[in-house]
Amino acid sequence: MIRARNLAIGYNGTAIQRRLDFDVQQGEVFLILGGSGCGKSTLLRTLIGLQPAIQGEFQIEGVVPGGGEPRKPGFGVLFQSSALFGSLTLAQNVALPLSTWTNLDQDTIQTIVRWKLGLVGLDGFENHMPSELSGGMRKRAGIARALALDPPLLFLDEPGAGLDPITSAELDGLIHTLNRGFGVTVVIVTHELQSIYEIGDRCIMLDRDAGTAIAEGRPTDLRDHSEDPRVRRFFHRETRLTQGHA
Amino acid sequence: MSSTGFQLHPPETDGGSRRVRISGALTLDDAGSLRRGLVQALGSEERTELDLGDVEHIEGAAAAILAQSWGDAVCEGRALTFTHAKGPVREILDLYTARVAQDCLREPPQREPIVQQVGRESYRLFQTIVEVLDFLGRLGRSVGWAVRRPSTVRWADVTRLGERHGADGVPITLMIGFLIGLITAFQAAVQLAKFGADVFMAELLSISITRELGPLMTAIVLAGRSGAAIAAELGTMKVGEEVDALDTLGLDPMRFLVLPRILAVSLVAPLLTLLCDVVGVGAGLLIAVVQLDLGWQGFLISIESALSFSDVFGGLFKAWVFGIIIATLACERGLATRGGAEGVGRATTGAVVAILFHLIAADAMFAMLFNLWGI
Repeated sequence: MIRARNLAIGYNGTAIQRRLDFDVQQGEVFLILGGSGCGKSTLLRTLIGLQPAIQGEFQIEGVVPGGGEPRKPGFGVLFQSSALFGSLTLAQNVALPLSTWTNLDQDTIQTIVRWKLGLVGLDGFENHMPSELSGGMRKRAGIARALALDPPLLFLDEPGAGLDPITSAELDGLIHTLNRGFGVTVVIVTHELQSIYEIGDRCIMLDRDAGTAIAEGRPTDLRDHSEDPRVRRFFHRETRLTQGHA
Repeated sequence: MSSTGFQLHPPETDGGSRRVRISGALTLDDAGSLRRGLVQALGSEERTELDLGDVEHIEGAAAAILAQSWGDAVCEGRALTFTHAKGPVREILDLYTARVAQDCLREPPQREPIVQQVGRESYRLFQTIVEVLDFLGRLGRSVGWAVRRPSTVRWADVTRLGERHGADGVPITLMIGFLIGLITAFQAAVQLAKFGADVFMAELLSISITRELGPLMTAIVLAGRSGAAIAAELGTMKVGEEVDALDTLGLDPMRFLVLPRILAVSLVAPLLTLLCDVVGVGAGLLIAVVQLDLGWQGFLISIESALSFSDVFGGLFKAWVFGIIIATLACERGLATRGGAEGVGRATTGAVVAILFHLIAADAMFAMLFNLWGI
């Protein structure tokens, strides 16, 4: 579904990650892992076409996102801050892509919106403004908006960031449901270990110092079998200090 | 996710039950026609069976439409069952129908009584007044602190903000001043010429610009430029919890944010006004020489005899007060921001409107006071 070859990403012509080669298969939950500042979110922004790649190539279903005329997106995106439009109600937020990219009548759109919000547990909140919701509810509303056009692919940027463990677990459950029930392919940027083990099928791990990916595979395999100290540090939450004592 | 089409077969009715069969793929693009088709096909029988055995593929939007039909039937006391749905179709329908989004099955929303609405809005108004008074009280305390310990004022910030709100605003102020001088000179020349009094144009122009137009037009430019910028900047800091962070670091936002802005804007306002005055009168001089064939020496002598120190100083004093009004209101609105981006927009608009109103009110008050004092 996603194919990246020799990809270099960064800002203003300066690459922070180079030689990235990976594939995301249809129907899997693919995780982009790594410590703070290693370029996880930059990679996600590049994949969704918000930022140009410095070098290399990547495709989503054979298409390079971004540029050109605005067109119906082939994927949904949940931003770290949810990025709901503050001047619109939840229902209007979810209805926006439907009224823009489909010819559906208003009654049908309202029905779809109501059930999309129900799907993420926000039935009854249609007329609430985003500022009236908690962080977890905003994340769920952001997912409902990302799902509005029934995309086959979802990009989620740190969905559990800033949420309490219960809300974060509920969100993981929702992602799992979307993946297993709808067959939606999900690409997630995260560094929350609990989520990584519970919902991730495969992952790629970026490293800031190496400036490239240092591991790729199943999260549990990397945790249990990787001999790379950087990978072990990440999965076993080891600091350099504790490693020294070990 | 392309539309490949579906077929809604004619219903088969048997006694009190009805069977409707759907075949094909149910996609997002088909959601509208599916909804309309189901309204007709399902009828009002007590028991309806929706046979989904031939549905090959279903997308979320179409599942939402089926779920809505199911919920509507529940609300109307009828039974609608989905039968023969295959694996993924069944799973998606189960996901949607796990929650009921029908209004009839929810708690009806409580309508707020009018008395309660009036009470809530009155309380909100009272709260706003309390907040403004609290702001002014804290500001007064900070000013008192700054007067007693001038070294604690963040003078580096005052200089930086003075440059941003003053020096950077010089071009637009000069342009406005020039145009106001030009317009006033033309208007004055035409009207005074009717009485053969065009020689008094210099007096009229210089007094109206230094006492009234210069300070007011400069203040309006400052309100739009600096007032809006300050309200938006502080509003963004407020919603981004930067102001709360200052508090937790033991830094008083009044001293750290508000006082430097009030000092900077109130100091640059008279300077910009002086520039506006000079350019405005210069524009009048240009019109007098080019258009009215008046000598520039005569024009300047008229100004010298007509303008008093109190005219110029009174205008600059007004500008200083206007500067305080602009910065204070902008800071107050900015720090009162609630909500996200929309809240910042509301605070910015509110600040500019409040500033313009208070500027006009203050100008009217100055007119009465200056008249009373014979200035």
